[in-house]
This record gives sequence, structure tokens and C-alpha cells, in this order.
Amino acid sequence: MELAFVLEKFILITVIFLVSLGVAAYSTLAERKIAGYLQDRVGPNRAGPGGMFQPLADGLKMFMKEEIIPTDSNKFLFIAGPSLALLTACIGSAVIPWGPNIILGGKTIALQVADINVGVLYIFGVVSLGVYGLMIGGWASNNKFSLMGAVRAASQSISYEIPMGLSLIALLLVTNTLSLKEIVEQQHGGNWNIIYQPLGFIIFLVCSFAETNRTPFDLPECETELVGGYHTEYSGFKMGAFMFAEYLNMFVASAVMSTLYFGGYNYPGIDWVSNLVGPIIGPLIAMAVLFAKIFAFIFFFMWVRWTVPRFRYDQLMNLGWKVLIPLAIANIVISGIVITVYDKFF
Amino acid sequence: MNNYPVYTDNDPQKETITLNLGPTHPATHGVFQNVLEMDGERIISGVSTIGYIHRAFEKIAEHRPFYQITPLTDRMNYCSSPINNMGWHMTVEKLLNIETPKRVDYLRVIIMELARISDHLICNGILGVDTGAFTGFLWLMEEREHIYEIYEEVCGARLTTNIGRIGGFERDFNEIAFAKIKKFLIKFPPILKEFEKLFNRNRIFIERTSGVGAVDPETALNYSWSGPILRATGVDYDVRANEPYSSYEDFDFDIPVGNSGDVYDRYIIRNEEMWQSLRIIEQALQKIEKEPQGVFHADVPEFYLPPKEEVYNNMEALIYHFKIVMGEIDTPKTEVYHAVEGGNGELGFYLVNDGGRSPYRLHFRRPSFINYQMYAPMSAGMLLSDAILNMSSLNVIAGELDA
Repeated sequence: MELAFVLEKFILITVIFLVSLGVAAYSTLAERKIAGYLQDRVGPNRAGPGGMFQPLADGLKMFMKEEIIPTDSNKFLFIAGPSLALLTACIGSAVIPWGPNIILGGKTIALQVADINVGVLYIFGVVSLGVYGLMIGGWASNNKFSLMGAVRAASQSISYEIPMGLSLIALLLVTNTLSLKEIVEQQHGGNWNIIYQPLGFIIFLVCSFAETNRTPFDLPECETELVGGYHTEYSGFKMGAFMFAEYLNMFVASAVMSTLYFGGYNYPGIDWVSNLVGPIIGPLIAMAVLFAKIFAFIFFFMWVRWTVPRFRYDQLMNLGWKVLIPLAIANIVISGIVITVYDKFF
Repeated sequence: MNNYPVYTDNDPQKETITLNLGPTHPATHGVFQNVLEMDGERIISGVSTIGYIHRAFEKIAEHRPFYQITPLTDRMNYCSSPINNMGWHMTVEKLLNIETPKRVDYLRVIIMELARISDHLICNGILGVDTGAFTGFLWLMEEREHIYEIYEEVCGARLTTNIGRIGGFERDFNEIAFAKIKKFLIKFPPILKEFEKLFNRNRIFIERTSGVGAVDPETALNYSWSGPILRATGVDYDVRANEPYSSYEDFDFDIPVGNSGDVYDRYIIRNEEMWQSLRIIEQALQKIEKEPQGVFHADVPEFYLPPKEEVYNNMEALIYHFKIVMGEIDTPKTEVYHAVEGGNGELGFYLVNDGGRSPYRLHFRRPSFINYQMYAPMSAGMLLSDAILNMSSLNVIAGELDA
């Protein structure tokens, strides 16, 4: 492994890390602005022009706040909880292909941190780990509301990982690979997986709402019932870390959905545009397209949050186990039959 | 379980947990406590503790002249204080046998129905917030603001209105007030419709609310429920229709009745009542046109404070002013009960008078207090989420609960 390779990856990791943090930070502003728009009000507009510096002000405020650690809590786990939540939220973006390869001076630069051949499984592993932060944080607080929030978070994310995984199996029948890069390359141009897996996409979308704890699945924090859910006892930046992790998760979930079902950085006419603008600008345009898709998904997350009420705990479980899992299994069976028949006769 | 706050579980072997819901919990919308015995998410039993903001209004009222009790009533159900004010004024008028002109009655009806709308707006908006949908609440808050602007135009205050006087109003409605009422009648219906679109047929909302806290009419009557939550169980009892006051008999309006008494029915009933209130206000505006203009109080100089210019320039007015302020006027030695249909139900005033300037004993029949008695028994067996929706649809206002 030569130095240039390490350097290249290091720069890429840094850039992606910073971009994810930036997107997450500005998602908080976007959320408040969109909520304001939906609710006939303005939203934050004091810090900077149009509230542009609001995320910075929020972050600063979080750092300046007094850190309160409850006396009876387990201090190590109390700090470990939000750290773990933030960590798992940050590493999810490692396998996402952000754009086609850039050819710079005869050297190919991949816009992906790690093109591992089990990319889909990696994402799954990371997402499953995410709930540990919430559980540990909620348990360590030694507060009944936090504990209830943590229990809800655990059971919710375990229940919804199953239909999510099953919907992905159907997708893998179509793609025949676990590598995200290859999945994206297969969807070249407008040949997106959503065409082959519409039901799978809907199941995946619902499950990603549940996995990111967004309304209508925000039971773990559920202000009106559990005060703050798992983060009731948190203050200062530890609380900020939980919130930040939620927005990062949303960003990663949007990126994964765009990659798996909406062609990643592909768009109809990508070849024509690439030939027109050259090997450096072309990939950058493709990357911008990916980000446009991601932002559309993030907007969708917010739009839903400020429109619908949340489920009750048992209704959430019913939806997961009695509706989504059978649907996902049916989707696998149908996809399998269709693919077999197609391969045999055409 | 004891009826005092329990803060910790002392028995490590216990299978259940004790959860203190309140006194400061985001869902209680006020200061009151429920100590719940929980098995996971399910409530096994609950004990309500009230009285955190008890201000002894009934005792204070015994030392105040009648006209100074109005501000106390403001602070009971502060979501619809004009109804409390008017109810109190009408009680005193009943005691003193004062006949109010029709125009005063209609003006009172307008204000009371606006107050009912603002009360129901808050309740249904908050119900939305408690289910997790925040947006509808803010749409409605904007309209409540317009109602408050009308109050402001009529009496100068917004929340604790102290609106009107014994015998009528302290001043006539001005042109701007009427213009604002008319504007409200035009602007409010589309927004209420939009709000209903957001919730009425929302699948998640229906699943969350229907069947939750269902009460049969018999139980509801045994607990002496009244108001929208009683009507949701199917009992068509509305003080405005059964015991008309303030010329409600002149108006044509429907009383919506539900059938299951659950949270969804209560929500629908409240929404429908807002539509009916709008109808009443429209009729009242038309009726006022036909009444003699400029009449805004009954002609009772012994009890209605004269304007200050007259007090300084007119002997009669000065005498009456002195007598009212010093409490020199005899009142009948009797007891009266008068009830109005408040935002939450029958708001009654039981006044025992010994002939002086202040009541011998005054009791407020606060609907929130009476409706809330069933909350803890109802909660047993519910999920925590349901119990919270049930609480917000009972519309327990802490000020009215504790008086």
C-alpha cells in the first residue's frame, strides 16, 4: 500500500466526514425552516442572513451548556451512550459510492472510501449497532422514562431490521452482488432498481423511518409521553450528540436509499453529459445529482415528520411483524419467480 | 396505594414500576400529578393528586364584592375565560332579578361562542400534538390569536379577559370589533376545514384515538360528566339547549352527539361544536342589526357603575357610584344556582347570599374537576400512550381543576 493511496483515502475520508457533519448540521436548520414553512411561520432567521449560522449557534450553545450527569447513573455508560450513537452514525457513509471514478492525470480516483464486496452487509451491521448507543444511554440514565424509551428503541429497531433485510434480499436477487459500487454501476443511466423493486423500496423506506427514529416512528423519544425518551437526562453536547446522530442517520439512510433504489449518482443521459464536459466535471455533476437525491429524501423525512401523528407501541409492532414482514417475504417470492421465469424463457 | 406522591420503588422484588406522571410532565399541560403503577407500558392502577395550583377562589370570593369576583373566574378555565365571566355575571343578575336587553344577550352570545371556539381549538390542537402531529396545532393557534384580538377590541385584555359587567358590558362593541368578528367568520372556516383534513380521516390518528377511553353513557352520567365528553358518549345534554340562558332559545343550532365516547368521538364533537358556534355567531350578528343600537347594559343604576364623567358632573351618578363602591345596596337574602355551557361542560355557580355586598358562600361547579375524577379509574388497563391522549381529550385545565 503506497503512501499516495493512503493519502488519497485519508483526504477522501476527511472530506466525506466533514460533508456528512455539514449536511447533518444544516439538516437541523432545514428541519426548522421546513417545519416553519409547513406551519405558517418563518423559522429561525436571526443568526446570519436567513438564519444561515443557526447550526453554528446551536452547536456553540450545546458546548457551553452545563453537563449534568445524574448522581445515580453509571457514568461510564452515560458518556459511552451518545458517543457510540454518534460513532455508528458517522461510519455508515464509508461504503457509499459518491460518484464515478475521476481520472486525474492518468490516475483513477474512486469517490468511495471502501469498495468492499459486502457493502450492503456492512451498512446493515452499522445500522444495527446504532441502537446500542440509545439503549446504553437510556439504561445508564437511571430514569424510568429513559428506560422505557430505550426499551422502545431496542424493540423497534430489532423488529424493523427484519423487514428491511428481507426487502434487501429481494433487491439482491435482482443485483446479484453485495457491493454498492457494482449495484450503482448496474443502474447505469435511468435503469434504476426502483423499477424492478417498487414494493421492496416502499418497505425499505418505511423501515428506514423506523431505524432513524423519525415520526411516525419516533416512539423512543416521544416527548408527550416519555418527556424526552432515552435522552431525558442528557444535557449539553451529549444531548447534542444524540440529536446529531439522528440527523446523520437520516443522511446515511437517504444516501443508501438513493444508492440502492434510485441509481446512486446515475441519471438519464449521464454518458452524453460526461462526454460533453470531460472526465473531471462529469463525475462532479454525477455527485451533485446524488446529493440532490439525498436532499430530496431528507426533505421527505421532514415533510412526513411535520404531517402525520405517531404510532402507538403495539400498532408499531403490528405494522412491523404482521404487515411488513409478510409483504417483504411475498416480495422475495414474487421476485424470485419472476427472475427465474425471465432467465428461463428470455 | 396511598393518596400522596410516591417517589421511589422501595421493593426490589416488585414486578411493576411506579411512574410519577407529573406534576411537571409535558403531557399534563398543567400542574397535576398521576402516580401510575405500570407493568411495562401498561397501566395497572393510578392515583391522581390535584391541588398544586389551588388558590382558594371560593374563600377569596366570600370577601369580595360581586363585581370583583369576575377576575377570579378568569383564572379558572383560562382557555375560555369570557364564558366564566359571563356565567358569573348572569348568576348575579339572577340573584338580583336583573333583566338584560336582548342586544346585551346577543353580544354575550357572540363572545361566549368565540370563547368556546378558542377553547375547543386548543383542546383539539393539543390532542394533535399529543399524538405527535404538531402542525395542526400551530395552524389553529393563529386563529385563536384572531379571537384574542376581538377580545382585545371589546375589553382590552386577551387571556384573563374580565370582560363585561354585571348587567351588560362596560362599553359598546366598536366598529372595529364587529369588523374583526365578521372577518373571523370568513377566514376561520377554511382553516378549520384544513385542520379537519389533516386529522379526521388520518389513518394513524384514527387508530390512535378510536376506542381509546371509551365510556358508556351510564358511567359518564354516574360520574356527573358534562359537556363535549358527555355528548361524545351519546347523551344529548347541553345547558344551552336544556336550560337556555342569555337568549340561546332564539338561536338555531345543532347539538352534535357521539356514540362511543372515545377520544375520536370527543375530537369530532369538539370540531362540530366549532361549526355550530360559527352558525350561532352569524345568527347573533344578524339579530343585533334588528335591535336598538347603542344598548350595551341593563338599566340598573344600583349595580352598574356609571361612567366617570357622569360621576364627576351628576349628583345621581355620584350617589350610585358611592353606594356601589361602598357596598351600601341591599341584595336579596337567597341562594341561586346558575349554569352555563363552558368549554368543558356545565360550569355552575352556586351562590348563597346573606344580603351583603359579597357572597356568604360561593361554589364553582368546575367541569374539569368533575370530569377528571374518572381519569385514574379509567386509566387502569390502558397503555401509557392512550392514557395521555385520554387526558388531553378530557381537556383538563389545571386552573379549573384546582380553582
